[in-house]
Amino acid sequence: MIAEAIRRSALADYADRFAFLSAASNRGLSVREVPFLTQINLRVNPSETGHMSAIARELGFALPVDPNTVASRGGRSCLWLGPDEWLIVARPNQQTAVEASLRSALGEHGGSVVDVSANRTVIEVTGPAARDLLAHGCAVDLHPKRFEPGHCAQTLLARAGVMIHLIDVTPTFHLYVRASFAGYLADWLLDASGSD
Amino acid sequence: MSRLPRGGRIDRNQPLDFTFNGQPLTGCAGDTLASALLANDVRVVARSIMHDRPRGVFSAGIEEPNALVQIGSETMLRATQVELHDGLAATGLNGKGRAIAGTDAGRFDKVYAHSEVLVIGGGGAGLRAALEAGRRGDRVILMDEQQEFGGRLLNAEDDAWARSTVAELAAMPEVRCLTRTTAFGYYDQNLVLGAERRREGERLWQVRARNVVIATGAHERPLVFANNDRPGIMLAGAVSTYLHRYGVAPGRHAVIFTNNDSTDTLAAHLRAAGITVAAVVDLRRGGPITDTEGGSQGLTAVRVGSDWIPCDLLCVSGGFNPTVHLFSQAQGRLRFDEGLACFLPDGTRPGVEVIGRAAGDFELDIKPVWLVPGDNEDWSHHFIDLERDATVADLGQAVGRGMRSVEHIKRYTTIGTGSDQGKTAGINETAIIGTLTGQPIGGVGTTTYRPPYVPVSFSLWAGRNRGELFDPIRVTPIHSWHVAHGAIFEDVGQWKRPWYFPLAGEDMATAVRRECQQAREGVGVMDVSTLGKIDIQGPDALTFLNRIYTNAFDTLPVGMCRYGLMCRADGMVFDDGVVMHLGENHYLATTTSGGAAAVLDWFEEWLQTEWPQLEVRFTSVTDHWAAIAVVGPRSREVLANLFFGVPLDAPRFPFLAIREGETQGVPVRLHRITFSGELAYELWAPGWYGLALWEAVMAAGAPFGISPYGTEAMHVLRAEKGYIIIGQETDGTITPQDLGMDWIVSKKKDFVGKRSFLRSDTARKDRKHLVGLLPVEHDELLPEGAQLTLTAEPSEPVPMVGHVTSSYRSATLGRTFALALVRSGRERIGDTVYAPLPDRTIAATITEPIFWDRENRRRDS
Repeated sequence: MIAEAIRRSALADYADRFAFLSAASNRGLSVREVPFLTQINLRVNPSETGHMSAIARELGFALPVDPNTVASRGGRSCLWLGPDEWLIVARPNQQTAVEASLRSALGEHGGSVVDVSANRTVIEVTGPAARDLLAHGCAVDLHPKRFEPGHCAQTLLARAGVMIHLIDVTPTFHLYVRASFAGYLADWLLDASGSD
Repeated sequence: MSRLPRGGRIDRNQPLDFTFNGQPLTGCAGDTLASALLANDVRVVARSIMHDRPRGVFSAGIEEPNALVQIGSETMLRATQVELHDGLAATGLNGKGRAIAGTDAGRFDKVYAHSEVLVIGGGGAGLRAALEAGRRGDRVILMDEQQEFGGRLLNAEDDAWARSTVAELAAMPEVRCLTRTTAFGYYDQNLVLGAERRREGERLWQVRARNVVIATGAHERPLVFANNDRPGIMLAGAVSTYLHRYGVAPGRHAVIFTNNDSTDTLAAHLRAAGITVAAVVDLRRGGPITDTEGGSQGLTAVRVGSDWIPCDLLCVSGGFNPTVHLFSQAQGRLRFDEGLACFLPDGTRPGVEVIGRAAGDFELDIKPVWLVPGDNEDWSHHFIDLERDATVADLGQAVGRGMRSVEHIKRYTTIGTGSDQGKTAGINETAIIGTLTGQPIGGVGTTTYRPPYVPVSFSLWAGRNRGELFDPIRVTPIHSWHVAHGAIFEDVGQWKRPWYFPLAGEDMATAVRRECQQAREGVGVMDVSTLGKIDIQGPDALTFLNRIYTNAFDTLPVGMCRYGLMCRADGMVFDDGVVMHLGENHYLATTTSGGAAAVLDWFEEWLQTEWPQLEVRFTSVTDHWAAIAVVGPRSREVLANLFFGVPLDAPRFPFLAIREGETQGVPVRLHRITFSGELAYELWAPGWYGLALWEAVMAAGAPFGISPYGTEAMHVLRAEKGYIIIGQETDGTITPQDLGMDWIVSKKKDFVGKRSFLRSDTARKDRKHLVGLLPVEHDELLPEGAQLTLTAEPSEPVPMVGHVTSSYRSATLGRTFALALVRSGRERIGDTVYAPLPDRTIAATITEPIFWDRENRRRDS
């Protein structure tokens, strides 16, 4: 059983400020936390085709092998983090099931499967002004021609390490940030939204 | 008033009030401070740095060496670049700026941008390049330092082309046009930094471009003649700019002094503006100006031959210097072009193109004259660098001392070291060095152009990284509770950790004493979520751990923990922590709070570069887990109130064991580990349960008087037990043996650092050892870092035998105590050492580095 009632997300204290920012934005900018997502870190040697296809069977889709891309289906996404590392993301409260299914795909001795659901929270930044906001602190080129839905990047936003996942052409970005850095990043976003 | 009745790009219907040196004046919208000062007949703007000579506006742009002003907290601003606004209050400077205490109220920020083409300079050439790229559909960024695009075209009668081009560019969605933005630095792989001046502050543009087009034009350079620094002596092109762009007559009676044909139309323009032209002294045809005369308001006459010609404006042109600074920063070479008498780009750089006047794309009939002799042999008023007040005499002295290199002479004379970076001085300096030393100008070369091209404020570099946003503040999931309960925080790396929790009226010493007592006698609780945590999985996990830690893990059963120590390859202690054996091929290692990232990098480095054949994977889980230490003789009773299904008695939950439990629906991993020497547990739960678990612990512990403690009490408690802290007892030069921790260094297996223990230096007997210190006076607190000597009053040079690494007051011991590193310390147990301090000397007895429960009865109870 998961004690949802007493669970507290890293940015629970920021909900009002995010809502105020979104309401006050006359430029189409909306910021909110997407808390409690299931996140499983997967490390496996991509040349072990048996493991790779077993994982694909479990997930219902193949792990993306192109750097900095995301594969998604059926409410699950998989972010490429490195040549042998991925992050599986799913709706909240599925960590036990996803972890078990990946572990069963890998068998006893293959790779690693780690529940990191509470390691990072997700900040959703969406709206036409989202790119300009991120440009205040992100050195990656997020132009629509260069960074399309289904792309991801691991980089710094201001001085916090983040994973950026572009969800759609709105654009909607999901920023994955470590829980301990989340408050800093939220403060930075609120401040940066005051720049034009 | 010298404002012309018509003409210029200023708006005469929008008057702006401003003050200069306290004097109220009026300018127009569209003025710079310099044009407004000239319009108000203010000729003396500043005084020179060395000789206190009056100086006036010399140029109309970024190259200005004279008209330096202070506005509010912003200092060393060029009046030629300051846009006038209502209420502006400026003060002229005497060559030096003034730092103003206090914070800069402006809003400074940063933006990253990317483009296929970055065009630097929005004059004719730059506009054409931007337009071409824009029409091609490229992403284009166009930067210009002035408030309007157009460059020299703004001086022309007809600006229709510039206007329509700017309009077309502005309408292109993929083109970004930035005025008031100075590209000041070119860095590797076409990264260009630009500073944009905005009403509320400045913005740093960090542009990464596939192609950089440098269209920065050229700066006019002056002629070097006697008394060439008086107010009223201006660059000819600047005079033209003041006439045409600002509708200002910078004087009434002008003389033109030139060596080239760029001034050919100036006389007509001056006359059209109602200015008399008393003489045109053209070195291509006639004799020079050999001297000038002036009063307190500047120039009054120039001397040509035996005649003194009265005038208040001298328009000077010595030719043009293409603005090649950014090309040089991009490692581009320069060559001297004899025809144009200037340095031009030599060859190309990948991804960098220089166009327009910056590339020498202009025609000029010029007779280079670098040094105009005066009426006598005195060269001490032939100014080369106006901002630095440096003259031909200064340069001659440098050459007389044997210097030949422009780099040496620059540093000796200070020519080119002013805030204008010698934009009007540098090439004249080079040419005059050539003249005096008999070298060709191209052989002398220029000084090295480095970023920044213009002075850049600290506020710009800082951007929004100030105050709370200066550096990330990392907090644990329990942080809000600590804040609500009055914790005083300590910075540990980027973490905010509770230092102590004072009750009403308590000072730090009292609070820490109480917190220690609570943990020793009852039960205390501490947020240890900041511990670094690395998940380790794979069939070779055990092999990896055995190689990276000094101690072995072969005998560690699943469900148990073991303390581990790591060394660098040099055998020096690097980090420590607890390794938890969670399952077959599955471990979790904790690291110090500050060392988490470095340890993970260390693991990956060894795995990827030395042992790629090992099947093991690491994953950082630091932030996934909240961790709470419940500490003290009554901790077991607190846990008994929380975890009904977990047997807690010592036989069934012994020291270093791991158990899984659940309380109020929260899954919790329990570890029986201690950093205080007391019976203690660490409770781990996913971070989002951290606060709930903490509150549950507080509630369960309330009957036992549980209270939170911070890092200071933790330090005292662990020091009483002689537990080290990495970075406090170690500093990168300390081996495990130095710490008396031979017990954790395996004799059987190989591990990183082991071979270094065979080095004579690590094996010698007189290394510093970790020892305890008990001050002879029980209330004397040794300062941490204090150096130790063997005698109370040593003679100089004082032989030092070690230093204090940790020092505290201990409620438990009823006295002060310390840990120290002392040369051959273990052989000196019982000896007295001394800490000579400025006001007194503290004597202390050397002891074993453990003060509490040597037999570990409390830990194991």
